[in-house]
Amino acid sequence: MNAKEQAAIERQFWQLRRDEDNIAWLAIDCPDQSTNTLSAGVLRELSEILDELVRAQPRGLVIGSNKASGFIVGADIREFKDFKDPSETTKMIGSVHAMFSRIEKFSFPTVARIHGFCLGGGLELALACRYRVALDDRKTRLGLPEILLGLHPGFGGTVRSVGQVGVLSAMDLMLTGRSVDARRAKKMGLIDRAVPERHLDRAVRMLITKQPPTAKLNAIKKFANAGISRPLVAWELRRQVAKRAPEQHYPAPYGLIKLWTEHGGDRNTMFRAEAESISQLFVSPTSRNLQRMFFLQERLKSMGRVAGAPVRHVHVVGAGTMGGDIAAWCAMRGMRVTLQDRELKYIAPAIKRALKTYKSRIKDRYHRLAVEDRLNIDLDGSGIAHADVIIEAIVENLDAKRGLFQEIEKRAKPDALIATNTSSIPLDDIAAGMDNGSRLVGVHFFNPVAKMQLIEIIGSPNTDVLQLERAARFAVQIDRQPLPVNSSPGFLINRILSPYLQEAMTMVDDGISASAIDDVACEFGMPVGPIELADTVGLDICLSVGEVLSEKLGRGKVPEILRTLVGQGRLGRKNRHGFYLYKGKRVIRPKRSEPELPLRDIRDRMILRLLNTSVACLREGVVADADLVDVGMVFGTGFAPFRGGPIHYARERGVADIRTRLEGLAKQYGDRFAPDPGWNDLLS
Amino acid sequence: MATARRASDGNRAVYIVDGCRTPFLKARSGPGPFRPSDLAVLGAQPLLARQPFAASELDEVVLGCIGPTPDEVNIGRVVALRIGCGDTVPAWTVQRNCASGMQAIDSGARSILLGRANLVLAGGTEAMSHAPILWGPDMVRWLGQWMSARSISARAKALASLRPSFLKPVIAILRGLTDPVCGLSMGQTAEVLAHRFGITREQMDSYAVRSHLRLVDAQSSGRLHEITGIVDAKGVAYGHDDGVRPDSAVDKLAKLRPVFDREFGHVTAGNSAQITDGASWVLLAGEQAVKDHDLPVLGRLVDTQWAGLDPRQMGLGPVHAAAPLLRRRRLALNKIDCWEINEAFAAQVLACLEAFKDTGYCKTELGLGRALGEIDEDCLNVDGGAVALGHPVGTSGARIVLHLLHVLHERKAKRGIAAICIGGGQGGAMLLERV
Repeated sequence: MNAKEQAAIERQFWQLRRDEDNIAWLAIDCPDQSTNTLSAGVLRELSEILDELVRAQPRGLVIGSNKASGFIVGADIREFKDFKDPSETTKMIGSVHAMFSRIEKFSFPTVARIHGFCLGGGLELALACRYRVALDDRKTRLGLPEILLGLHPGFGGTVRSVGQVGVLSAMDLMLTGRSVDARRAKKMGLIDRAVPERHLDRAVRMLITKQPPTAKLNAIKKFANAGISRPLVAWELRRQVAKRAPEQHYPAPYGLIKLWTEHGGDRNTMFRAEAESISQLFVSPTSRNLQRMFFLQERLKSMGRVAGAPVRHVHVVGAGTMGGDIAAWCAMRGMRVTLQDRELKYIAPAIKRALKTYKSRIKDRYHRLAVEDRLNIDLDGSGIAHADVIIEAIVENLDAKRGLFQEIEKRAKPDALIATNTSSIPLDDIAAGMDNGSRLVGVHFFNPVAKMQLIEIIGSPNTDVLQLERAARFAVQIDRQPLPVNSSPGFLINRILSPYLQEAMTMVDDGISASAIDDVACEFGMPVGPIELADTVGLDICLSVGEVLSEKLGRGKVPEILRTLVGQGRLGRKNRHGFYLYKGKRVIRPKRSEPELPLRDIRDRMILRLLNTSVACLREGVVADADLVDVGMVFGTGFAPFRGGPIHYARERGVADIRTRLEGLAKQYGDRFAPDPGWNDLLS
Repeated sequence: MATARRASDGNRAVYIVDGCRTPFLKARSGPGPFRPSDLAVLGAQPLLARQPFAASELDEVVLGCIGPTPDEVNIGRVVALRIGCGDTVPAWTVQRNCASGMQAIDSGARSILLGRANLVLAGGTEAMSHAPILWGPDMVRWLGQWMSARSISARAKALASLRPSFLKPVIAILRGLTDPVCGLSMGQTAEVLAHRFGITREQMDSYAVRSHLRLVDAQSSGRLHEITGIVDAKGVAYGHDDGVRPDSAVDKLAKLRPVFDREFGHVTAGNSAQITDGASWVLLAGEQAVKDHDLPVLGRLVDTQWAGLDPRQMGLGPVHAAAPLLRRRRLALNKIDCWEINEAFAAQVLACLEAFKDTGYCKTELGLGRALGEIDEDCLNVDGGAVALGHPVGTSGARIVLHLLHVLHERKAKRGIAAICIGGGQGGAMLLERV
């Protein structure tokens, strides 16, 4: 930028200055926030600036950001709760549409100068500009993630994205919510240039001074948007979406497809329809629940945002599925990792899995090589002496763990975080063998590590609070959400999940078709049914967790069928044979026979046992409050997110009703359904 | 960094504090699973992980390699960055053909002696299975013409000038193993030595069998501590040198046909070093670094000697390098407790033994008053050699130094020499002591 620029005019959110070439540089910088959002205030100020620009008629306008974190992450989600009256919301959205249209129609060229996050409303604003230039680095992400909150773009993004990149690419962005990097964005035509930092301003100036013709859709993309093809394309899109999100639970994607199918040929009516559609979605229970989940997720992350040196070296002992995948994940998140096991042959499969994951997830080969080189085999445990975090993930055997931690304690740095990934042994039992047991924390990852966003951070009353904080910080550093849980059998997630899985198995034992049970759970909104989930977790693990729980808590017996299957060596997906058969990635489920039990009973037997245990955990104080139960179950197990978690669901459905229903089930099926005393607390 | 800052800070001694190598993987069909830099990285990672200092505290990394892939220019630096030394640790690559790994150790030792460095990671790496197949100059010239041809007519003209003979591949590894000055292949130089010293086919084959059996014994009794296991992308674990043949026997080897002098020769694939991939490292330290980091000392690198000789008899390089080394250190041959002489060819090692004890040879070729003496074969290559485990050319020199130190410890012996013959007519020898 130039030294002889005009003095900036002070504003709250935006800075506008004019350089010697009469180019206006408009930059957003929301005060007291780490990221920029398009809040009502930001938009109001932008509107005033647009008036000023119309008067000034600069040679060109550049919209950028002065924040290191990036451009604009989207609308201000905190304001969504105020959008109660759809007709009011439609009006407000209409005014934003009008403002963005003004930018679009400026006689002078407009360029969005993008770095870092450019999401949702941010990308919609950028799409209203004539050109877009993005910084080509690892941090730049462009996307329209509204769908993840049960919405779709509302600031004209549905119209402009389709116009810019064609319906297939645009719908891919909007229906999956995934974001793309600058190179991908350039390839799909979302932006005009992807350049390194040294060329960013040059590219912006070139576009303003040369004003090259803007990219046009090719014939195929145009055809996909034509009136005669739209119904066919829409049918295919709906078919794709239906695989992931049924319409009765997730209205937004279907609303979006409908919006385009009906109005794709006419920009003006599509803008109007977009405003009306999103105004309705704002008040849908699905979106409300997903918004709540978003904030709860933020709450978990904030628990890990405590000051302290970042973790550079992680040592993992035990290269089984969990240990190996934890190691691979940490290396991908930028840490040096030493992976220890007794013999090379135990580590080899973990390395193979890791390299396969890296190959599919990391496209840049130089970056991939760096990640691969960070994951080191360490048969001697040399890494213990250097590691900032040491995670044990060996077999669930108390003596073996105690022995290991005694050794680790001797060799580890005095300030190293020492953690166990145990899923069934109480923390204090393991810590008892250590000189300073207060150092030990539980970090309980879920399988598959690369997918499951939750980590239970387990502490007992004896655990050093500082270590728990550090564990939470580590979780956030590896892009995971820390859930503080008090050490108790099964912790939170397995404790709640186990009776749900067991009830499903008991029903299989009773002769109800496994496929039917899974279908009922999926209709409720679970991502996979309990039977397939048990197969995925591993039936041997289900059995050992179930036994620990029934021994310690005494409620509910382990279903016979589980013992039988494990006895026959049918362990689930890992050896291709559990309740179902597995061929590669495919599940072979037996044909569904119509169950004799009403579907409603099947659902309630599974779900109500889950709810009953959730309430018990809340009463016992396994986690601090109901919100943590909800967010834990959603991110730890995939519990139907649009239902807002088990406790939230119970409240919506009616606490008293559920208790009555539990009493009924208890009479019919036994004590395991007896309502937990905790329901009384929920009633009051 | 611990780099010495004052000119007077030279070290009086160079210590080898630790070392590590990958298993040696015999080249089978096509390129192996690891590139030269991958092998070097996988060999160095566990070595550095067990040190009390960080990789960034090294003063220098020196790596010997003859055939890095095109993506590994100055492979020493590539590896230094990949193993986490950070931007500020300088690194370079050395090439003295078959002794590149030994050259790397010598170069690192010199930096320490000069006071330029206190901690140096030195070693060698080679993935011979990745040796490229090239096009000759005719094809390269034609390609240049084709690239610069813009018009259709120029392209047609270029196309018309393409001759099938241009496409004849140049197999880099065969060229590399042929002396560029005298034109003999390395195997033929071994034939020359066998002829000169009257070494029979049977002697060669029984030497080869012994090399295999000694390696088998070393493997089964767990004496190869210096090896670290590695895993490839398919999840295959490599824990030991895989070229070894436990069933090796003289009558089996006798059936093999000579490969270099096909009709009348004696040197076969069975009594020559194998084509192999592998990397080996040692960690060199000056006195100050040993003290500062309280490092355990594996041994002391006392002295090094390089020598030149007739390229046609390059296999006698160890004799020509060891002789002046012994003289300079005033050591009789029998004061050396253990020897590692790299086994490029069984015939070549046997010729070295003959030359050491041959008065005529020692007088005329080495200018000595009498024969150096006899090396007890129980003290030579006690755990087998390159005939059994392979000779990744850039690596072997570093491997024999590292292994010799382990042998000295195993046998509680004091002094050893690691010597290697070098294609092109040179020899290298290092004198090591257990402290």
